[in-house]
Order: sequence, then C-alpha cells, then structure tokens
Amino acid sequence: MGKTRVARTGNEAMAEAIRQINPDVVAAYPITPATEVMQIFATYVADGLVDTELVPTESEHSAMSAAIGAQVAGARTMTATSSQGLALMYEMLYIAAGLRLPLIMAEVNRALSAPINIHCDHGDTMGGRDAGWIQIFSENSQEAYDNLIQAVRIAEHSDVLLPIMVTTDGFIISHAMEDIDIYSDGEVRDFIGTYKPLQPALDYKKPITVGSIDFVDYYFEHRRALAQAMSNAKNAILEVGREFGSKFGQEYGFYEAYKLDDAEVAMVCLGSTAGTGKDAVDNLRKRGIKAGLLKVRVFRPFPAEELAARLKDVPQICVLDRSDALAATGGPLYAELLAAMFEDRADHTVINRIYGLGGRDIKVGEIEELLSSQVSAAAGGKSIDRIGYLGVRE
Amino acid sequence: MKENINSWKDLPIGGIVDEPGTAMAYKTGDWRTLRPIHNSEKCINCLACWIYCPDSAIILKDGKVESIDLEHCKGCGICAHECPPKVKAIEMVDEADFR
Amino acid sequence: MSNLKQLATRQAPLCGGHRACAGCSAPDVVRQVLMASADPVVVGSATGCLEVSTTIFPYSAWNVPFVHSAFENAGASVSGMEAAYKSLKKQGKIGDEKINFVAFGGDGGTYDIGFQSLSGAMERGHNMMYVCYDNGAYMNTGIQRSSATPRGAMTTTSPVGKVIQGKQQQRKDLTACMVAHEIPYVAQTTPAHWRDLNAKVEYAFSIEGPKFMNVLAPCRLGWGYPMELTMDMCRLAADTCFWPLYEVVEGQYKLTYTPKEKKPVEDFLKPQTRFRHLFRPENEHVIAEIQQEVDRKWERLQKLCTL
Repeated sequence: MGKTRVARTGNEAMAEAIRQINPDVVAAYPITPATEVMQIFATYVADGLVDTELVPTESEHSAMSAAIGAQVAGARTMTATSSQGLALMYEMLYIAAGLRLPLIMAEVNRALSAPINIHCDHGDTMGGRDAGWIQIFSENSQEAYDNLIQAVRIAEHSDVLLPIMVTTDGFIISHAMEDIDIYSDGEVRDFIGTYKPLQPALDYKKPITVGSIDFVDYYFEHRRALAQAMSNAKNAILEVGREFGSKFGQEYGFYEAYKLDDAEVAMVCLGSTAGTGKDAVDNLRKRGIKAGLLKVRVFRPFPAEELAARLKDVPQICVLDRSDALAATGGPLYAELLAAMFEDRADHTVINRIYGLGGRDIKVGEIEELLSSQVSAAAGGKSIDRIGYLGVRE
Repeated sequence: MKENINSWKDLPIGGIVDEPGTAMAYKTGDWRTLRPIHNSEKCINCLACWIYCPDSAIILKDGKVESIDLEHCKGCGICAHECPPKVKAIEMVDEADFR
Repeated sequence: MSNLKQLATRQAPLCGGHRACAGCSAPDVVRQVLMASADPVVVGSATGCLEVSTTIFPYSAWNVPFVHSAFENAGASVSGMEAAYKSLKKQGKIGDEKINFVAFGGDGGTYDIGFQSLSGAMERGHNMMYVCYDNGAYMNTGIQRSSATPRGAMTTTSPVGKVIQGKQQQRKDLTACMVAHEIPYVAQTTPAHWRDLNAKVEYAFSIEGPKFMNVLAPCRLGWGYPMELTMDMCRLAADTCFWPLYEVVEGQYKLTYTPKEKKPVEDFLKPQTRFRHLFRPENEHVIAEIQQEVDRKWERLQKLCTL
C-alpha cells in the first residue's frame, strides 16, 4: 500500500480526497471556512487533473439543486459548504434524501447567524440532522480525508442510497496544518469503485419521472422506505469502515473509545474536541481520576444501542455539545444519548455542557475541571447541574 | 408500475415513476360535461384540433384524425372552437345525452 | 420549421390522463416545445401546476425523462443535469447523442422565486433552454399575484376591495431581463401561434448555449374566460400588442408577428373576469394607463427592432 506522509490542513485534505474521488460533477458556492475546499479543487479542474464538470453556482440553494440535478442525471456528484450555506440548502437536503441520491458533501462546521460568526460550532450541521443525510464528524484532517473516501462507498451502498455529509470543525481543523497519510490515487479509486446509477434520468430510452407528487396514498410508504435506508446505513458504515481498515490500516466504526474500559467518568463529544479531551483524560489519569472519552463519529444514523452499550458501565458521564438545541433541554447529542441510555436502566449521572459556540476555545484545563468536579460531586453525594454552559461569561 | 402495493418495499427507490406515460391508466374522461363528436367526412385533417388539444386526446392515424380519446378528453371544447369555421368537423354535444 | 404532419410523426412527449384543468394551455406549451425537438429531450420543471398535474404518483403523463425537485430551482436543477451530460459524455460514460435540455417553470417559479436560479444558469452558459409558461399569477396555489400579473388584474392577493382594486403595479418585463443577460437567444410567443413557437424552438435547439422562451399560457380559471377560448386569449394578447411575438438573436431584436390592425387593449381585457372591475366608470383611467403602457412598450420594441 502506498502512503505518503504530508502536511495538510483539513480543507486541503478534503480537497485532496475530492480530487482522488474524481467526481463527475461538483457544484458549489463559496463560504467561509469551506471556501478553500472548492478553491483548491478549482485549480485541479483548471489544471485538467480531474474529469469533473465544476458548476460554480450563484447560491448554495442552487449548488444543492444543481448537484441534485446532476446526480439524478447519473453523475457522481459532490459539494462543499458551511453554516449559512448549509442553512440555505436545508430545503434541498430533504429533497436529496427523499429522492435517494448518494450525494457527497464536505461540510465545515461553523456557527449560524445571528450574530453572524465565522467560527466553529455544530449548529449548522445539527440543523440538518433530521433531513435524511448520513452525518459523519471528523476529529482531525486525517479523519476528514479518510471519512470522505469512505463516504462514497457508504452513500452508494445498494442498501443505503442516501446523501452523506462529512464534517470538520471550522478553522480548528479546516485551517490547521497537520501531518496526514495520503493514499495513492489508484488505491483510492479501487476502493471507491465506479458509480452505477440505478435509473439515470439521462437514459432517455427508459424515461423516468423524478420528483412526482404523492398524496396520502403513497407519501408515508416512500418515507418509510427512506427511514429503512437510514437504518441500513448502520451496517454499511461498519462494513465500509472495516474494509477501509484492512486496506489502508485505520479501521472506523461508529465511535472511538479512549481509555473507557475502566472509566469512572467519561466525556462524550463530536469532532475536534476529542483531541483536547484526550489530553484532559491523560492529565486526569495522572491525578488518579479514571477518566475516559467516547468520541461519536457517526451522528446520523444515530448509533443509539452501540453508544449505550459502550457507556453502560460508566457511572459518571458528561456530554459536551458544541451546539444548543434551544429547546431548554440541552444540546442535541445529550438529548439523543440520554434517550439511548434510558433503556439500560443503569445508575448513571449524565450531565450536559454546551461549550464552544461561535468558536469559543475549549481548554484542556476546563475539561479536566469539569470532569473532576463531576467525580467529586458524585463522591460527596452533592448534586450537580444536569444542563449547563461551559466557557461562557455567566 | 404497480398501482396497488402491499408494502413500501414494492415501490421503486426514491419515489420515481419508473415507466413513461403511466397517466394513461388514469381516466379523466369522466370530467367531461360536453363531448366532442368528430365528423370525418367534414374533416380536412388540418390537425388544428390535434396541436391545440391540451389532453393529447386527438388520435391520429397516418397523419389523419382517426378518433377522439374519450377516456382522457376533458371536454374543454378547444378542438371544436379551433376547427376552421368553414369546416366545423367537431361538434360539442351534452355528455348527458350519452348516459 | 416543421408542419403539423411532420410534427405528428414525432413521439408524443406528454400523454393524456394528467390532471391539468380542462382547457389549460400549459400542456399545449409543453407538447409544442418538445415536439419541436428532433433529438431526445430531458426535461426539468419547477414546482407548479404543470408539475403537480402531470406527476401524481404513480401516474406520470411524461413520455420523456422528467425531473422535478423544488419550486425555485428549475434553472439550477437543469444546469446540473446538463453538466452531468457534458461530464459523462466527455468521459465516454454515455453515448455522444445530442440531448436537448429543457426547463419549464410557471411565472411564479420563473419571474419570482426562481429568478436568481434562472439568472445564474443563463450566466453560466449551460446548453439548455428555459421555457416560462406565463399564466400571470400563482395559479397552483389558488391565483395569487406574481410579478408577472398585469396591472389591474384581480387575484386572491390583489383582490378588488373598496379602496384598492386589483394589482397596482405593472408587470415585470422578464423577457427584457433575459435579453439583458446577453444570451444567444431570447424569444416571446404563445401556443396559439404554433408556427411561430415551432420555428423559435427549432432555431433555439439548433444553437449552443443558454436559451430563454417566455410563452404566454392563458389560465381559464385565473383569468376567467370560457375554456374553449384559450387560444383566442393568446391571439388577443398578440393582436393588442399586450404580448408581442418577437425574438432576440445575439442581441438583435426581430418582430416575428405584426398585427394587421393593432387592437385596443380592452379587447384583451374584456373577456376576462380578472379585469371586470376595470370597466366600472371610476376605473376607466386604469385602462387608459394600461393602454399607454402597452403603446409605450410596443413603440420601444419596434424601435429596438430597427437597431
């Protein structure tokens, strides 16, 4: 296997993956901090390094609409966006899923307005969480690159056929340089294979009608089929993750557990904060606190049973959410994980802290402090706020 | 394309209609209150009725008007109205007369 | 230009059994446009009457590939299909047969909510034709005003009240907006003038690049006229110069129809119930103003044709 060690930012890593995937069509619109992905990719197009038709649209709504048109026509299609851009696509996200199109998106997590803010949080991605898209979070550039390559296989899996977004954290990952392994073009292309659309609209000899209207007699069945595809995606994600591991060395699943086996306290998070969290866990362990970490990689489909099973024996759990559901119930990861853990009836204390909105930095020490205070509250029989905010000037 | 299904599993993926022209199975002829009657003796086969019929209900054979598809004709009367005044090969008749 | 006997040998793009109102002109626009293509067509559509009435699952009236995704994106959606075609053809993944890409949108989906998407697709130079079937209001949702609704017209959101009667603004001249995009071909026509429409579409399909056609599409429900008179409404629109038939080839204007005798705009307004209130004595000035506007634009168009 040919690996090359290179220094890449998250955006460069994603652009590299898109070059290797060599999609038939890419449709996109610039938005900070995802702009660079398309900027770099446009140079590949200009230099003739890819076969892609690049459609530089006049808005993200049109980018997703053009991507849908291209994928319906029979083209493997990709896009990239962030924040307000993703929000402008929301209408079309649901349609891409409903039409069962395996579109692939590089999504750079950024806060939603207002106030306008260009830095990282997960509010944009969470807004699309019920749209029928598979959502995979990346901790670093390597994962962003690896995830985007796997995304092709997951989305196009015959049991799935759903759109997929691979996310990185804006600026923290998108603009930070780190060493990553890049695989050879040939191996990546062998891994992803060629796209064989089921019934492409360009096949005028077998005319199909796409996007018809359902009344009460069919809509529910079509949505039921969509729900099944999302359930099926769980197996596909594991299957592709294992195959990726056997080919490229790093296997991927629904989550990554770090020092979790004997943990008395564990933090649960998405994305780049896992890196910060691992340092905090190490420091806590040096101080004699058995801390651990569960990084959730796949948010949609939500691997509820698997996450609950992995956390079953951890008494103190702290869920860190980089977005607020604004439902007076904490963040979305917390709400979903709590629901997942309800069935095990184990004696956990599960708390939630919303942190890092609009790119507010989260420090190793803050996490250490949070987890150790949860442990000492439990030891002292003191109560602790279930839902709260971390790093805000209260 | 199956019209009646027992399970969502029987539907084509993505809500597509996987065959062309399945609407032919849907009869809009019962919308009609007036029925066009075509007189082939008067007809000069100018095809004005055919080009203007919104329901593709003028059936041609060898470039001539053969009949009117009453299963789909909604009785709008455009065909009769567009038939040249000197020809008047289509007449609209009360549909009740045929029931 | 093809004659009707020739067109009759073409595959029917749209079959019966769709649920458009009796006397609707939109299916005529579609049939006439698509039958003008000797090559295969792939169609995209905005949400609207046409899309809804022809694709009620599991019944599709389309005999050609038809793709709808949303209301405001027919331009972008078809531009994506055209990009896919180019890419797949270039890579040898599909054959190299010519395919004509056509987008259909009503005036709501074209003048208003889909205006940006249309503008973008035209500017990017996709080899596609966008056809607006302009019935002058949001007919699918129940006759609400659009920017294509003519001055004075009654719609459900520009009703005839005690103080305000009908739409207060002039309609947007979308055809002129598209001419300003400086694309290779822009035209305006009606389905009643099938020879004119056929010649324009055949020419448009013969050239590369983005094309735009604005086709008047009378709606008997929204306009309020007897359903058999759909084509007469088109003729009155053209004969009063409310809707002149013309084309702009590479920026060069050309009238394709000049009425023998320009009729007063009342002739177009009178048969339609949406304008009935204008014929009350207190509203006479509105008709006069509509006439002035028609005259002004007609004169300007004639001048443009001499340039």
